[in-house]
Amino acid sequence: MTAPHLSPAEQAQIRRSARNGWLLSLPALVVLAMAAVGPLLIVLVYSFLEPGKHGNVVWNFSTDGWTGILWTKDIFTDSFVLADAHLTIFWRSVKLSLLTTLTTFVVGFPTAWFIATRSPKARALWLFLITIPFWTNLLIRTYAINEVIRAEGLLNLALMKVGIISEPLKLIYTDIAVFIGMTYVYLPLMVLPLFAAIDRFDLRLLEAGYDLYASRWQVLRRIVLPIVKPGIVAGSILVFVPSLGAYVTPRVLGGGKQMMIGNLIELQFLAGKNWPLGAALSMMLLIVVTIALLFYVRAANGEKSNG
Amino acid sequence: MTSKNAIEARNVVKAFGQGETSVRALDDVSVEIRQGEFFTLLGPSGCGKTTLLRLIAGFEMPTDGLILLDGQDITYLPPNKRPVNTVFQSYALFPHLTVAQNIAFGLEMLGKPASEIRTRTERMLALVKLEAMAGRKTSQLSGGQQQRVALARALAPQPKVLLLDEPLSALDLKLRQAMQIELKRLQQETGITFVFVTHDQEEALTMSDRIGVMSNGKLQQVGSAKDIYTRPKNRFVASFIGETNFLRAQAAGQTARLPSGDVVELDLPATGEVTLTVRPEQLRLTAAGEAGALAATITNLVYFGTDTHVHLALSDGTEVTARVQSPATGDAGLERGARVGLRFAPGAVQVVGE
Repeated sequence: MTAPHLSPAEQAQIRRSARNGWLLSLPALVVLAMAAVGPLLIVLVYSFLEPGKHGNVVWNFSTDGWTGILWTKDIFTDSFVLADAHLTIFWRSVKLSLLTTLTTFVVGFPTAWFIATRSPKARALWLFLITIPFWTNLLIRTYAINEVIRAEGLLNLALMKVGIISEPLKLIYTDIAVFIGMTYVYLPLMVLPLFAAIDRFDLRLLEAGYDLYASRWQVLRRIVLPIVKPGIVAGSILVFVPSLGAYVTPRVLGGGKQMMIGNLIELQFLAGKNWPLGAALSMMLLIVVTIALLFYVRAANGEKSNG
Repeated sequence: MTSKNAIEARNVVKAFGQGETSVRALDDVSVEIRQGEFFTLLGPSGCGKTTLLRLIAGFEMPTDGLILLDGQDITYLPPNKRPVNTVFQSYALFPHLTVAQNIAFGLEMLGKPASEIRTRTERMLALVKLEAMAGRKTSQLSGGQQQRVALARALAPQPKVLLLDEPLSALDLKLRQAMQIELKRLQQETGITFVFVTHDQEEALTMSDRIGVMSNGKLQQVGSAKDIYTRPKNRFVASFIGETNFLRAQAAGQTARLPSGDVVELDLPATGEVTLTVRPEQLRLTAAGEAGALAATITNLVYFGTDTHVHLALSDGTEVTARVQSPATGDAGLERGARVGLRFAPGAVQVVGE
């Protein structure tokens, strides 16, 4: 519908500027297509092909990649059995990711609160310290954690010296090691959005809460948490999503035994030489995470509008 | 005993900081605030009035001294244990809650039954005339409406004392004047003791039953608006409340001699070197040379609409200002440089301390 009072020349002008707008956004669209949509499409296509003998794919349509997520073909009887190893890995991934998200929140919230309530100068210093780990390669940081928690590592030596334990705790290459590593690696991703939310929080509301007979706990639960919720939502997404796809941390600290989804996918592409299964696993991870996020964000928003 | 005290502060000292850099925000302040009165703490910024309010609310603890509520010592009671509520300068409304939820918050925290919370919230909404806004988020309200929500929220738990920390300072003039009347009405309807903090003397004079004037962490004078205006205790109070003229004089009993040689009558006897104060509206201009009038020369005339400020110089050069009502024609028949006589209204000349 064109406005009746516009002259033909003006209408042509509007059409021209709309076309120019498209032209201007073309570079961005090309980059997006090549970097994001293209690779995803390739992965999607590969998931419906047959595996080649030495990796790669054979261009025959097959749904084996997708069924392979949950079922394995028994080579002797040719029947399908539930891939319980996969289920164990999925469960471990979800469990460790949820645990990591929860722990980073419990540790990160007081940290972010502390930083947000410092003077501007001290605040800059603390934020700088929080971001320092990002400057170091993830692999090196993960090996550093390895150094701390291995049998002859710092933690065990210290605990034995103090006399709390008589022999080293078996931490390395367990779920706990992976959990410790992920909590360490992803903590800043929880602290920073929480800090941003708490920084915007009007501290005078605390006094208003106390004045209206709320206890400390009630002030936290009824005033602080609901108001900084956007930060909590952002932080938990930033921690949960990469945790679910974590690859380096479970590899180094789980010792290849305590695999997570990321390691399973890697296994299919390298040692397993089953690219379609690896592609299907990747797509599944993407779909599950997207759906989970949609539900999470909707639930968080819905709660807000209902009070 | 006339009436019981709602709040009593005894020798309250509040120091911020340690050692040599410590600052005394309150320096030995004692005050009694009566039940059901509208009491105003008036003073310039930094005088300690807000600190005293925060001590009564429980957000701060005094360095020394006691605070009593209905005769009970509440000095170290936390804010959520005091039957005292605050209307904050910034309102501090909860942004994630609706108007009704904000008002109900205190009642919920007190663990009142749901039916009571509902009826009380509705009554509060009606009291501040915001029934139509009950379901709105506070960010969707105008400044004046937010102000009324803050009032209703603080009044809902029926506190023994309501504290108001410069609640009108963010409003424009028209709204502020309307809210002044509204506040006075609310105070009279609820019968709750109001302790109101402001730096605006006009606000203090129009609303308060009694005013406590503060400066430099000390309470300078407590009294009714009339007391404080007509009988200021010292130079600070006289100059902070309204405009005034100060004159040095040599007092001897009921009269005092000005440096110009003129003799004026005093309201109360005094002796020695004194400072006199007389309000500009208490000066009368008469014909030059009239018996008993001071000789003066008009140095400037400033037209203010309802009245005209006449700046005068006495014979020794001392400057005083008189306020005369502007006549209907707008021309008072005065002109710069004219010689006039000056009289003080009976009882208008007060001796003030430094």
